[in-house]
Amino acid sequence: MGPGWGRPVRWSVGRSPTAGPVDRRPHDRSSPLSPTADDVAALPGDTALRNAAAERARAAGLPSPDVEEWRYSRIDELDLDRYAPVLAAPDGAASAASAPTAGDPEDEWAAVVTVVDGWVASIDVRDPAVTVTTDGAGAGSVLGDAPDALVDWAIALAPAAVTVSVDRGVTVAAPVLVRTIATVARGLSAPRLAVSVGEDAELTVVEQQSATVDDALVLPVVELDVATRGRLAHTAIQRLPVGMWQIGSVTARVGQESRLVSAHAALGGEYARLRTDCRLEGRGASGDLLAAYFGEGDQTLDFRTFQDHVAPDTHSDLLFKGAVGGRSRSIYTGLITVRPTARGTNAYQTNRNLKLSDEAWAESVPNLEIQNNDVRCSHASTVGPIDVDQRFYLESRGVPPQVAERLVVSGFFAEVLARFPAPAPVLAEVADAIADRLDRQVGAGVAS
Amino acid sequence: MTAELVIEGLRAEVEGREILRGVDLTVRAGEVHAVMGPNGAGKSTLSHVLMGRPGYRVTGGTVTLDGVDLLALPTWERARAGLFLVMQYPTEVPGVSLLDSLTAALDGTGRDVSELPALMAAEAERIGFDERFLDRPLNVDLSGGEKKRNETLQLGVLAPRFAVLDELDSGLDVDALRACARRVEAATEEGLGVLCITHYTRVLHELHADRVHILVRGEIRDSGGPELADRLEEDGYAAWLRPEDEVASGPRPVDVFGSTTMADLDPTPEDPFGPGPFAAD
Repeated sequence: MGPGWGRPVRWSVGRSPTAGPVDRRPHDRSSPLSPTADDVAALPGDTALRNAAAERARAAGLPSPDVEEWRYSRIDELDLDRYAPVLAAPDGAASAASAPTAGDPEDEWAAVVTVVDGWVASIDVRDPAVTVTTDGAGAGSVLGDAPDALVDWAIALAPAAVTVSVDRGVTVAAPVLVRTIATVARGLSAPRLAVSVGEDAELTVVEQQSATVDDALVLPVVELDVATRGRLAHTAIQRLPVGMWQIGSVTARVGQESRLVSAHAALGGEYARLRTDCRLEGRGASGDLLAAYFGEGDQTLDFRTFQDHVAPDTHSDLLFKGAVGGRSRSIYTGLITVRPTARGTNAYQTNRNLKLSDEAWAESVPNLEIQNNDVRCSHASTVGPIDVDQRFYLESRGVPPQVAERLVVSGFFAEVLARFPAPAPVLAEVADAIADRLDRQVGAGVAS
Repeated sequence: MTAELVIEGLRAEVEGREILRGVDLTVRAGEVHAVMGPNGAGKSTLSHVLMGRPGYRVTGGTVTLDGVDLLALPTWERARAGLFLVMQYPTEVPGVSLLDSLTAALDGTGRDVSELPALMAAEAERIGFDERFLDRPLNVDLSGGEKKRNETLQLGVLAPRFAVLDELDSGLDVDALRACARRVEAATEEGLGVLCITHYTRVLHELHADRVHILVRGEIRDSGGPELADRLEEDGYAAWLRPEDEVASGPRPVDVFGSTTMADLDPTPEDPFGPGPFAAD
């Protein structure tokens, strides 16, 4: 296979992204990009670093949907001028920080960090084995150069970078909770999180992403660093209101014989996108990437994944499962790269999509780029309606059609949620949110 | 009045091809009827049509269960009217547990679902179905034999009035077949009527069939007592074939990339017993 993106294999059902009546806000590409230099200077921390990132972002401009990584995206609808950076900790931050958290008896979390509009509102460390800092130490080392202008804007505008770390040899029993909340209407916020797991250490992190407003832009940047024989379980639950825009990135560096599981549940947002880069840099490193997503109404849920096998004997397993109802859309494009140095690689990539309405649309584009012959790779991708045979099987036992459909779709998600490395109450909340969507979808005539 | 499953003049087609050409059968409560026939005779089609599987079109005839017009009902209501299908190839349903599916199957029927776990465990023990399989998603990662035990377990739990067994014996070893057959037979003593669709006489000996019907090219060509199966064992189907059958029973078109499902293909690839003495050439 040659360099670049290789040959895309594509399955597509429903309307194409260019053919349908998409709500496109007017956008003048020649207008100066907000935020301004004054905005950047007003933020705490390393102004030089911010300015450099802002300069790069301005110079690069917003990505074009002509670029493979942004194909089918709604980036050409994004009008940065519409949003204003949140330049001071919002007044409501304290009250938002005290809002109740799912499944939160005190001892269930090793630490709870609340970030409001990118500003750290509270840090509550309950297990001294966990260290939480906000000075930005360690942030950027996994990310390296920003992949696009949105990430550079996030670097320029993040008021703080939360770093959660655990020292070598330490196993933290309870998970760490990081809550990010957007509270300013038409605000642009960039919560930054870096997780660092030392040698032989073990940590579980849960992110809960939410908003109290329905119209804001969030640019989350997450870095995950797992040292030799470390173990990190990371789960992000995105439950934004449906008017929100979110363009996020997760970048992971997985060291020798270490193991990462990074899971994402995407439920909200008008346009919610996540780019995941998983670099397996140490021999024997393992990285599992999981996602469950469920679009409805006019939502677009967009996922780009990069499984990058750098070292020998590395293992990656990706399972992304989603459903689209209403007029919603989902995009999955993923690339497995096996570098010449990565002999003995095992890499798997599976994306399955359920199309619950005629007007819903899902795109799935798996790609392989293999530069070493001693590898085992596979990819699978499907887009289709609820399986008629599964439905018939349940109906033949006496299960009414709508209930059968619900069982099949719930089961479809249960298969991936069972692998999410998050506490049961967090997963129950996701399952409930999926059930709510099923109520609406089944009511909207899935059974027809 | 004894409960009856009455099939009269049933005609059905698949993708425009007529498979059933007028089937007449009456099964009464507690009776075991066998339907035997060569490959392509329409045996599996009959079971699918009775349960209302999508893709099968009824073009004539009636099916009634105690006078209730089954063909007018959607699949789930046929099940609730008392019909059960043991599938030849039970479908895997990822992420859906047996308990959840049976709970949904009994919801609204007036039966107490709180006793389901205990009932499932008792049924599992009766047929030697490993209890740890009860927590698996439906049929996922089960062997062919375990899938049939799972079907039989559900039959035991749901306690239907009539059961269609579509090749119960395929994929089952001798012990499993005996266990499943005994369970079905016990149900017949409590009034279950059985329509057993099969290639082989072995399951009939286990189930003690009352009546045997020979299905060829979509029609019942003969009916009789158990001795009919013995005659088949010795002579094959030749006595019931007509000249026009030769043309019709040529190689079946199999589109591996099309909508053909495994359920349409027999003999089964997982069948450990080979094509058997009655398979068509």
